[in-house]
Amino acid sequence: MDYSQFFAMKQEIGLLVVFLLVFLYDTFMPKRALGATGWVAVGLMAIQTLFGFCPSVSQSADAFAGMYETNAITACIKNILNIGTVIVMIQAIRWSKQDMVVIRRGEFYELILLTLFGMYLMISARHFLLFIIGLETASLPVAAMVAFDKHRYESHEAAVKYILTAVFSSVILMMGLSFVYGLTGSLYFSKIAGAIFAEGTISLMLIVAVAFVIGGVGFKLSLVPFHLWTADVYQGAPTPVTSYLSVISKGAGAFAFLVILWQVFGAVYSDAWEWMLYALIILTITIGNLFAMRQKNMKRFLAFSSISQAGYIMLGIIAFRGMGVAALMYYVLVYIFSNLAAFGVIGAIENATGRVSMDDYQGLRKTNPKLAFTMMLAMFSLAGIPPFAGFFSKFFIFTSAISQGSVAIYVLVLIALINTIISLYYYLLVVKAMFISEETPVIPEFKSACSERFAMWICVAGIIGLGIVSCVYNGLLDMVSTAC
Amino acid sequence: MDFTIPLLILAIPLGMFLLLGLAGMKMSHKTAGVLGTLGMGTVLVLSYFTAFQYYFSGNPEFISEAGQRLQSIIFNVDWLAFTPNLVIRLGFLLDPISAMMLIVIPTISFMVHLYSLGYMKGEKGFQRYYAFLSLFSFSMLGLVVATNIFQMYIFWELVGASSYLLIGFFYTLPSAVSASKKAFIVTRFADLGFLVGILILSFYTQTFDFITLTSDPGSVLASTAGATFMGCSVLTLAMVLIFMGGMGKSAMMPLHIWLPDAMEGPTPVSALIHAATMVVAGVYLVARMFPVYLQVPSSLEFVLVIGAITALYAAVVACCQIDIKRVLAFSTISQIAFMMVSLGVARPEIHECLGYMASMFHLFTHAMFKALLFLGAGALIHAVHSNNYTAMGGLRKYMPITHITFLIGCLAIAGIPPFAGFFSKDEILVAVYGYSTFWGIWMSCVAGLTAFYMFRIYYLIFWWNEPDYHHRPHDGEMVMSLPLIILAAVSTVAGFIHFGEFVTWQGHEYQIHMDYVVAGISVAIALVGIFFARFLYLKENDRPRRMADSCRWLWTAANRRFYWDEIYMFITHKIIFNGICRPIAWFDRAVIDGSMNGLAIVTNKASVAIKNLQSGRVQQYVLLYLIGALLLAVITAWCVL
Repeated sequence: MDYSQFFAMKQEIGLLVVFLLVFLYDTFMPKRALGATGWVAVGLMAIQTLFGFCPSVSQSADAFAGMYETNAITACIKNILNIGTVIVMIQAIRWSKQDMVVIRRGEFYELILLTLFGMYLMISARHFLLFIIGLETASLPVAAMVAFDKHRYESHEAAVKYILTAVFSSVILMMGLSFVYGLTGSLYFSKIAGAIFAEGTISLMLIVAVAFVIGGVGFKLSLVPFHLWTADVYQGAPTPVTSYLSVISKGAGAFAFLVILWQVFGAVYSDAWEWMLYALIILTITIGNLFAMRQKNMKRFLAFSSISQAGYIMLGIIAFRGMGVAALMYYVLVYIFSNLAAFGVIGAIENATGRVSMDDYQGLRKTNPKLAFTMMLAMFSLAGIPPFAGFFSKFFIFTSAISQGSVAIYVLVLIALINTIISLYYYLLVVKAMFISEETPVIPEFKSACSERFAMWICVAGIIGLGIVSCVYNGLLDMVSTAC
Repeated sequence: MDFTIPLLILAIPLGMFLLLGLAGMKMSHKTAGVLGTLGMGTVLVLSYFTAFQYYFSGNPEFISEAGQRLQSIIFNVDWLAFTPNLVIRLGFLLDPISAMMLIVIPTISFMVHLYSLGYMKGEKGFQRYYAFLSLFSFSMLGLVVATNIFQMYIFWELVGASSYLLIGFFYTLPSAVSASKKAFIVTRFADLGFLVGILILSFYTQTFDFITLTSDPGSVLASTAGATFMGCSVLTLAMVLIFMGGMGKSAMMPLHIWLPDAMEGPTPVSALIHAATMVVAGVYLVARMFPVYLQVPSSLEFVLVIGAITALYAAVVACCQIDIKRVLAFSTISQIAFMMVSLGVARPEIHECLGYMASMFHLFTHAMFKALLFLGAGALIHAVHSNNYTAMGGLRKYMPITHITFLIGCLAIAGIPPFAGFFSKDEILVAVYGYSTFWGIWMSCVAGLTAFYMFRIYYLIFWWNEPDYHHRPHDGEMVMSLPLIILAAVSTVAGFIHFGEFVTWQGHEYQIHMDYVVAGISVAIALVGIFFARFLYLKENDRPRRMADSCRWLWTAANRRFYWDEIYMFITHKIIFNGICRPIAWFDRAVIDGSMNGLAIVTNKASVAIKNLQSGRVQQYVLLYLIGALLLAVITAWCVL
């Protein structure tokens, strides 16, 4: 075996090194140095993020007889995930110093890094075996993270629900894959695609296989109707874990979905899964919105909001070539900043006062104006109000879908647009509670930790900056069109 | 040319706005004022340097070997790309007219900054005032150096916004608030036309760039040939719509109604925005797009007629106003109309587009003497605490500096040699007579009226009868008098600049020569106007009253500005509100709200109906999961197979 091919996996190796260093630091450093574990992990991860931007990383390469592939697009996707992970890790620092968590805080960062490693593999896999390994690596440690607040009953419950659904989704996925193997005799993406293309006709078996694969990966993205675990798990998990699940895990799922659908099943797009996708998008956006309207718990509220956001992300999959991929990447990047800003505020308030209900946010402007302002920016960006980044990301993703130019897509985008109006209602509910409500504030004035403020500043800069600096999207578009 | 200095010209006022706007409240009045003034002073030096480089350096970027002045883009940043052709850029264009504006705007702005140190002393919100002044200067500079029509539009709106903020500066006065709203609404309405015009033009030509549009308009506009809309050629429509934006900003009839009310703002603001710089943006726009306008002579015809009517109308109204700032406002409208007329008659075959040069020349001189007159009026108002000439009289004894400088301003605007206005107005009249004798005589009459109404208020303020002053009026302090003196000096000598060497159509040098017949006639008419004013208003007498009585209806109509405001009120309140808004409101309430409420109710119901899906039981979740996946497969299979 030619071991030099390992060097194709530059980002994976980098991440493993980060993981090992954190692990060694956590295990062998004297106890008084352990207070800095979080910052050490953040610093190493920041270096890994910067490393991802080296030109040599984005060179195309493959390894293990084509099971693994890296190119400019996958490198860029991993960079986006890295940025989000750094922010989540900064947000977690304050939480990881709590009494019940502090002795295990090293494990938390190690688990995050491991799951991220799994996501890397999901994105770069060009063979279903490697894909499954990545998927499971990205799923199973999450259950441990969800259950991290051992002293809280909800945390346990959420973990159990998560692992049961995750296992079930894997079963469905494997079922689908075994059908695919039966039909085509291979697990390589390219060979499956070739066999399907050569077959020419479409069989019932193939349709079932596609539906099951979509169902299996749809779990990660929490597409309706594979979303039911989301609200309970988001609510029960510790807030940093929820924010990790809602952006990073979802973003990785979206990219993997994009790759599988087009690279494997691209030939049967219009026959097999075009309408499935439309139905899933409409269901996901609408049902996510309908549930979000009624939530009082902020974490649960954001869980449903993130379900409907996943629906918008899926719109980028329709317009695969060029524009769609760039729009999707841009959307995920913006979504990372917006959603993490919201979770940053929620986490800060939860850490200081233990309150997570929307009713508690009444009059937040009076006691904690900066937090209220950050939250408002996040809500505006999620709702897609110009000139914040969320507006442009929605705009680009709608334009990319419309550029496909069929009547069905016009109807689809129309439904999505109506849904943005509905979503405006519930995003503004939060803003109204914070800014307009005249009731006496429930949450007293407090000073959030330095790490929390730092993470929020990054997110606010992202929300405002990405809206103004249009070259980010243009850069993505250029990169994608050269790579395709 | 290096891009640092041009970039600084834009960056300093913007930075100053941010600094004063964000941190101003923590500074003392004096610090904020001095800081703003120093910032503007730096911009003044840098702009002079840039203009000097442009006109005199002989750099091949700016002047060709044949002596033609070129258009040169200093920098141009891609901002948003719609299509590969249609890109919105932000940049800095230097050409004869933008370099000229780089002299005008910072000069007036600096004078106003300086003057305001005295005039606005002790006002509440002093720092805010300076922040807005900086914002305005930034927007106006960005407007004139725009490399493309979209950038111009963006800054056009910013200028409008800062004008709105400054008119409503005294926001506790209801009249100031309503005036600022009026200005905003009227100009916004006009800008709508502008925007539609831009979109039509760019749709057909696939470009926003001025240089592409104007260097060879014939071929760029070829794509519009034959395109018509409602029987009117699309290009004519686009150019008239773009001119509509200019009509709004430059207060041409019938969109002039906001400018007199805008005088509710602080007087230095009127001098800067509503006399010297922003209101000439419309003229600048037509000049910028002039090669395109030349392709459509009918749209220039339109510019001419609108300009001529406005000039006469505003001059007549100015004769019958009591508030001195309103007299000056109407005189501004009339003078801008002069510039418009001049552009309207500019044709390559008539003295090589003399009208274009004359219009820019008048823009330059008018900015100087009108700013002088407004700042003088500010000093008067400061001294007697009233805007009305009835509270003034005999002031020449008490305020010598203001008196002399105001007199110079009046002589300049009346067109008496050797003051600046004589030369520029004379060029305009030559151009107009060259085009048509009818409009020539028309504009000469307006020039006579100009002399009359200016000297009417001059005599009423400085001579006439002295009312009882509660306390002795006196000249303003040094920071207020100094700008007056400087501007008076400029107004005296600016006419001798050989303008034809600097700013001409297509950059070719043009030798100005006096047309003594036209010059003689216009000076004679101006002198008649002045002596008539002297006859009526030198000393207190009842001749003015008898004259007004003899044609009472005309006097009243002119005093009420020919009822334009009432006409607008009638149209908006009676016709639009009752005829259009009421039915729409009904439709909105009954149909739109109804369906929206319906949507809300349906959404709510749906939300309640499905809430049991989320039961919290993981067995049910998994079951639904499986059913979902199977349904996907079954329905698709049923449809496809």
